[in-house]
Amino acid sequence: MNMELSRRQFLGAAGAGVAATTLGALGFGDIEAAHAEAIRAFKLVSTTETRNTCPYCSVACGVILYSKGDRKKGEQAEIIHIEGDTDHPTNRGTLCPKGSALLDFVKSETRLKYPMIRKPGSDKFERVSWDEALDRIVRLMKDDRDANFVEKNKDGVTVNRWTTTGFLAASATTNETAWETYKVVRSTGMLVFDNQARV
Amino acid sequence: MTNSWTDIKNTDLVIIMGGNAAEAHPCGFKWVTEAKANRGAKLIVVDPRFTRSASVADLYAPIRQGTDIAFLLGVINHCIQNDKVQWDYVKAFTNAAYIVKDGFAFKDGLFTGYDEAKRDYDKSTWDYVIGLDGYAVVDDTLTNPRCVWNLLKDHVSVYTPDMVERICGTPKDKFLKVAEMIAECSSPTKVMTSMYALGWTQHSKGSQNIRAMAMLQLILGNIGMRGGGMNALRGHSNIQGLTDVGLMSNLLPGYLTLPIEKEVDLETYMSTRGFKPLRPNQMSYWQNYRKFFVSFQKAMWGPAATPENDFAYDWLPKLDLPGYDVLRAFELMNQGKMTGYMCQGFNPLLAAPNRKKLTDALSKLKYLVTMDPLDTETARFWENHGEYNEVDTAQIQTEVIQLPSTCFAEDEGSLTNSSRWLQWHWPGGTPPGEAKTDNWIMAQIHVRLKELYRREGGKFPDPIVNLDWAYADANEPTAEELAKEINGKALATVYDTADPTKVLAEAGKLVPGFAALRDDGSTSSGCWIYAGCFNENGNNMARRDTSDPDETGAYSKWAFSWPANRRILYNRASADLNGKAWDPSRKLIEWDGAKWAGYDVPDIAPTAKPRDVGPFIMNPEGVSRLFSRAMMRDGPFPAHYEPFESPVGNLVAPNVRGNPAARVFADDFKQFAEPASAEFPYAATSYRLTEHFHYWTKHVRVNAVLQPEFFVEISEELAAEKGITGGGWVRVWSKRGSIRAKAMVTKRIKPLICDGKPVHVVGIPLHWGFTGAARKGFGPNSLTPFVGDANIETPEYKAFLVNIEPIAGPVA
Ligand code: SF4
Repeated sequence: MNMELSRRQFLGAAGAGVAATTLGALGFGDIEAAHAEAIRAFKLVSTTETRNTCPYCSVACGVILYSKGDRKKGEQAEIIHIEGDTDHPTNRGTLCPKGSALLDFVKSETRLKYPMIRKPGSDKFERVSWDEALDRIVRLMKDDRDANFVEKNKDGVTVNRWTTTGFLAASATTNETAWETYKVVRSTGMLVFDNQARV
Repeated sequence: MTNSWTDIKNTDLVIIMGGNAAEAHPCGFKWVTEAKANRGAKLIVVDPRFTRSASVADLYAPIRQGTDIAFLLGVINHCIQNDKVQWDYVKAFTNAAYIVKDGFAFKDGLFTGYDEAKRDYDKSTWDYVIGLDGYAVVDDTLTNPRCVWNLLKDHVSVYTPDMVERICGTPKDKFLKVAEMIAECSSPTKVMTSMYALGWTQHSKGSQNIRAMAMLQLILGNIGMRGGGMNALRGHSNIQGLTDVGLMSNLLPGYLTLPIEKEVDLETYMSTRGFKPLRPNQMSYWQNYRKFFVSFQKAMWGPAATPENDFAYDWLPKLDLPGYDVLRAFELMNQGKMTGYMCQGFNPLLAAPNRKKLTDALSKLKYLVTMDPLDTETARFWENHGEYNEVDTAQIQTEVIQLPSTCFAEDEGSLTNSSRWLQWHWPGGTPPGEAKTDNWIMAQIHVRLKELYRREGGKFPDPIVNLDWAYADANEPTAEELAKEINGKALATVYDTADPTKVLAEAGKLVPGFAALRDDGSTSSGCWIYAGCFNENGNNMARRDTSDPDETGAYSKWAFSWPANRRILYNRASADLNGKAWDPSRKLIEWDGAKWAGYDVPDIAPTAKPRDVGPFIMNPEGVSRLFSRAMMRDGPFPAHYEPFESPVGNLVAPNVRGNPAARVFADDFKQFAEPASAEFPYAATSYRLTEHFHYWTKHVRVNAVLQPEFFVEISEELAAEKGITGGGWVRVWSKRGSIRAKAMVTKRIKPLICDGKPVHVVGIPLHWGFTGAARKGFGPNSLTPFVGDANIETPEYKAFLVNIEPIAGPVA
């Protein structure tokens, strides 16, 4: 790839590589180099960096996720820091008050962890397994579809539509999820289908 | 956006109207600062509030919410009256010269063909005169009184500066200053950009707000130009993508449309989608519609979509109504006509209008499914939270299934920003607990439903059991597999139609772009406008090359910009009739005698001669439309209509209430306050704060600390009149609900004088609910009316009526 020396690479070189290159190049002797090596390494050097974009507004600022552990190697990865991506042409490293606090979104106490069911009339959610939750959902869907699917309208024209169950799609899922969602929803004949473009 | 965030640095004048970029899109707004600092660009802000965008503007003009069309048509009138028109552009690149049918007229606030009972128009006269040669008749001299230009001139003549002041409450001198600054940009070497967002869309005539500005930009010759364009800032990170991929009741991906029930077969469906050119030589790009449609059907149903079964045409549901948008969904639910509802990353209990109606509607469902990284109010609509969610839990029989999904940091794929850039991102963290990706969840629903149909049989299983699902792991398609499917594949070898010896794509390979798509079933493509995003060159959305030759702001090798990696739409219009840049310092593409070339991918066939083929290739005319024919439900020109709830009557059409073509359900009409209501005298509006993003960041500790508590904003004048003190408690109520808040008394809002009468504005930010880390509070949707834009049903959140009074605060 025809890539310029990026702003971030430059900053990186000036940080972690300082003892090995810059000081030596400037002609400092061994004592200074040994002193530089004794200084505690920059905390984020030991983390995995991952490129991402801010999920909030549609400026889509570039961000870098820093995690302990590397998902690509199949490890548990805990994100410990998020900052703006200085290479990104739009935000050039800056983030607004929302993007700056993304770490607290990832780690919010009200992040959901388990599937839950609230039974009719109940005043609480109860934890269930994924299998229970999903099998229940498709049971409810199929019962409704089989009862209310319209194959032909009153004029005998084939219409193959289902209007008694609806689907509201998101605003921040990926295009790939959107496409998969489109396939799954449309293949059932569902018409009550919308996204969050309006609000 | 027609342009991009980084292109804004090229502008001479920014107008922010219908948005507040400095607070809602802060890191994009920096490109306005860049243009101001580096090229002396000016900034105009027109808004009911003195926002942070206004605080750094060269000129701020107040306006009453819901009157933007009167303002903009006033500016167009000013430009016409003062000959501030880029004439060469208007004559060659718009339909100014086209002759309109004789029956068409506008009288007493209505266009020809209005049917009051249906709240709809017979639009048959809203079109061009077609000549014997089959082409639209034009008068290049613009002297025919029936040409679009003369009809427009007449249509806008009522919007004088005095009338603008009476309707909008904008002082005449301020309006004239704005109009003069804008009119300067009629020079071919001065360019204005329009930045707008939900301040324009969330009105019962939102689409026409945007059209009015688009018309102005055409008259000034600013569309297709570097530093120009119509730039929708958009709300959420991928709302552009979700719309492009067509997740709406009446859409197929790439702005194709779902059949209606009258379209009994593929041939009937195609008969109204032929898009025959309306002028000689025009590209009329939608002539390729069938290629995109058939390729979509192949992406859906693979080998089961065949020429014999009309490529599975019958497997698409057929519409009996214009659309089943979210407002209609809740209306049907409230009527007891729905069984189930599924919300993926969407919190409608706070996001849709008229909260009480929403709660009633959800309570009538048999089942509700939510998929979200966060604990939303919608998932807990049945839970009693005192005044913040006053429900009788035991009475609510809805079964609710709440599924935990991953967030951006744990997920892979692309998002499309408002610059139309598809940017790939990678997961950096492990999801909490048992949270799963949306890809996995949606696959589970499909695979398990399919299994039930295979085992039990049931109603019309064909489209479900035959859905193309050839993923390596049927339980969880990968983002890459899905991206390739969106891009499209050659199912048989595709040859160049101009040169049949030339192979465009070998069988089994990814198509290079949408020009390789075919209508015979030999190609597939999930979303044609995204073709090229992931082709044999690799994942173009993941590109990170920051080079930008001559610093035009294009960044053509960063990510992928749809369509075809084009960075500025309509860029052919940046050059004059001979193909030379209107402004050499803003060169985008030029005609070199044989082809178009320059900084961007040409938005025209590369060898189309400049005088033959018009720049607006998607239109069968080849030109842009000042008169939109029958494309919009509420008129071929925008006209001033008051919001459904308005503090004053309609001055230019006293007998018309609201937008006459907007859909209103019977029960909702009864819940609107009368115009100039004594009971609800104040004009309310809603907006975001810079510290929060919708209903997400109240779950985020830092943001909850920054703005912990719900409040409403009012002027010092209204506070004095009502005896309200800053920080004191108030009750705000509309005909649909009542909320309690702290009052923020501010100089940022001032009363407007409309037709001699003072109008007070009440500002209501939208970030609070009853879950999350912030304090419990209310949102504007407890108050707002249940009515949407006439064309696309965006709820009227920006203009409604309330009353306000001071109350005693809660006991601490
Ligand atoms: S950091 Fe702020 S400006 Fe950037 S994408 Fe996120 S919300 Fe938008």
